[in-house]
Amino acid sequence: MPTEKKASTAKKATGRAASKSVAAKNVAAGSAPEADAPRQVTTAPAAGAPRLAVRKTYKLYLGGAFPRSESGRSYVVNSADGRFLANAAMASRKDVRDAVRAARAAVAGWAGATAYNRGQILYRVAEMMEGRRDQFVAEVRAAEGGSAAHAGAVVDAAIDRWIWYAGWTDKIASVYGNANPVAGPFFNLSSPEPTGVVGIVAPPESSLLGLVSVVSPAIATGNTVVVLASDDRPLPSVTLAEVLATSDLPGGVVNILTGRVAETAPHLAAHMDVNAIDLTGVTDPELATALEVAAAENLKRVIRPPAAAPDWSAEPGVGRMTALLETKTVWHPKGV
Amino acid sequence: MPLFDYAPAPESRAIVDIRASYGLFINGEFVEPGGDAGRFKTINPASEEVLAEIAEAGPSDVDRAVAAARHAYETVWGRMPGAARAKYLFRIARIIQERARELAVLESIDNGKPIRESRDVDIPLVAAHFFYYAGWADKLGHAGFGEKPRPIGVAGQVIPWNFPLLMLAWKIAPALACGNTVVLKPAETTPLSALAFAEICRQAELPPGVVNIITGAGGTGKALVEHPGVDKVAFTGSTEVGRAIAKSVAGSAKRVTLELGGKAANIVFDDAPIDQAVEGIVNGIFFNQGHVCCAGSRLLVQESIADHLLDSLKRRMARLRVGDPLDKNTDIGAINSAAQLARIRELSQVGAEEGAEAWSPPCELPSRGFWFAPTIFTGVSQAHRIAREEIFGPVLSVLTFRTPAEAVEKANNTPYGLSAGVWTEKGSRILAIADKLRAGVVWANTFNKFDPASPFGGYKESGYGREGGRHGLEAYLAH
Repeated sequence: MPTEKKASTAKKATGRAASKSVAAKNVAAGSAPEADAPRQVTTAPAAGAPRLAVRKTYKLYLGGAFPRSESGRSYVVNSADGRFLANAAMASRKDVRDAVRAARAAVAGWAGATAYNRGQILYRVAEMMEGRRDQFVAEVRAAEGGSAAHAGAVVDAAIDRWIWYAGWTDKIASVYGNANPVAGPFFNLSSPEPTGVVGIVAPPESSLLGLVSVVSPAIATGNTVVVLASDDRPLPSVTLAEVLATSDLPGGVVNILTGRVAETAPHLAAHMDVNAIDLTGVTDPELATALEVAAAENLKRVIRPPAAAPDWSAEPGVGRMTALLETKTVWHPKGV
Repeated sequence: MPLFDYAPAPESRAIVDIRASYGLFINGEFVEPGGDAGRFKTINPASEEVLAEIAEAGPSDVDRAVAAARHAYETVWGRMPGAARAKYLFRIARIIQERARELAVLESIDNGKPIRESRDVDIPLVAAHFFYYAGWADKLGHAGFGEKPRPIGVAGQVIPWNFPLLMLAWKIAPALACGNTVVLKPAETTPLSALAFAEICRQAELPPGVVNIITGAGGTGKALVEHPGVDKVAFTGSTEVGRAIAKSVAGSAKRVTLELGGKAANIVFDDAPIDQAVEGIVNGIFFNQGHVCCAGSRLLVQESIADHLLDSLKRRMARLRVGDPLDKNTDIGAINSAAQLARIRELSQVGAEEGAEAWSPPCELPSRGFWFAPTIFTGVSQAHRIAREEIFGPVLSVLTFRTPAEAVEKANNTPYGLSAGVWTEKGSRILAIADKLRAGVVWANTFNKFDPASPFGGYKESGYGREGGRHGLEAYLAH
């Protein structure tokens, strides 16, 4: 896999990157009592003490693989209450470009899959998430704070959102398409089609439900996406990537980059092989304007940041799907 | 010398009454432009005769027009029941039908297009568009955009010179049906039919300020789309200007639809009905002098029938009549402006320099006015500029392909994605190819068909949003 090669190349460059403040520091600092619980720094176990847990490395999700950033960089992710959770990969411009390439390569297969097949796969994502429910609850709670009950409700809503959009895949064309009664002997049909590769800046606050709420409508209709996860709350996105990787979703349909949105988003917005950009997660108005200007270079479709913080628990409506659809109208004469 | 020659059959221009000069149509009245404005002349491109002096709206005029539209939106139009808005639009549609011949002649004089097109295509479609959207005005809750969809507010609309009154209809009819008010700027070379439309609004007793027509060039259009009082921008024109507009509205709350350039592939397979395909190719690129954003400007012909098809095409082209737009026998009229003619000549020159072979039928061009003979280039590669750039004139680039996959790849090998054509007798092939073409409109075994019920608009750098049909409402409803 080329991505693995890049990861190993990047390792060699670690020395250079280490001089920066964001250097990788993959040193075992302690153990966590349970593999799926938020990490806590504890003292090293004495002989005969309980088993030392195996930690997870949080990496990018790119073309169906899990590489580190080609830059070799990582950054510290803390919990809502300030505890160290992990070193997440810090994506670079090159990672953005690799992700766009992977997303473009996946368009033909995913857009060309039957709507029924896409619905099956989105439903499968929900099944896989349900199986990891406790892990998601723990990660969401660690990232966002609050009670376990609240985190549980958020995870349930995220799972149900996949199911909602799974059901839309083979219905949106009936609802949004039209047979047009033109004034002449012609067959005339308008059908929605995916716009292609969509760049998404995920919501910074809602680390899982917000993320699922922007990714699932984009891919339900056949787009492929490059997602910039929440800067400070990226860990649930990596676990979601593990779910996607085991849900029969073809590699490259969803690519998830962790890191600093202010660094990566301009490259995504300016990329000439991206068809649309969703700025829902951009909170800085100046950055949003700059990204929209960059997106205009190849006339990307733009979803602007919301005027007010969205209520992710509400029923979404079809707007997030239709904003990323093109309408194709086919004419043919009638005659015998 | 043909057996029978055509006798001239000119349409009388006595039916139109062009004033010596025109003001701006703001708040239901023709007004003189403010102090910061200039004047320019509109000419007949077939004779270079000056038709009228036109006001060039400056920033203060744009302010006035937007304020009038805002006032009309807030006090009258935005709160009027849909059924009443519908009746105004029906009235406008009827008046257009009543004055159809006059409008057709006026359009041909100002634009240079053959009277046969303005009479049989442009003006009937204008009336049809107002009829179509009139019917929607009191049924918006059934359109799929919510039970009680609301208008957006004031629309700033900028339209091109290739179908002046038709583009006005595409913009104004859905905007008004949805409850918005408009400030529209026609192209600087073709303002007369929009100014005639202003009179039609008065005849229909449309409330003042609902439709405002301001004339001018690019600067006026820029001032309009960047005006902070505009809630919705609709533009039809070049991709270059569309890109600039997309940048200028960045960071604002303005809604935007853009209908931009194209470089459509017209794909002819070896099993196509050749005579019909030839008619479609001619209609695709020579309709309206090729001044059509969705023109079939790249002919992709399957290699095995290329020679045969090109022979037929050349025979057909030799029968095209180029000349007086007001002559009812004319197929190809005048190029709209000296600037456009220069652009067509320049790109044709580049085509020849890059190694493509040009062919035109023998045809005598009038000595005055702007004219360009119908031209095809053969031996064109995908890298040639004439295969990549929009010429917007009667110039066809011919490329060949061997397999359906190659046809699709070549057709999609463009930053544009407005339209495409497919010619084959095999139904399953039509549907499979239509699925793979990245274009907003696919004409199969036909070309350049338009209807108010049928959505129109592009993929990729051909812009975004749809005009026409139920889809066309979305751009003018808040959500």
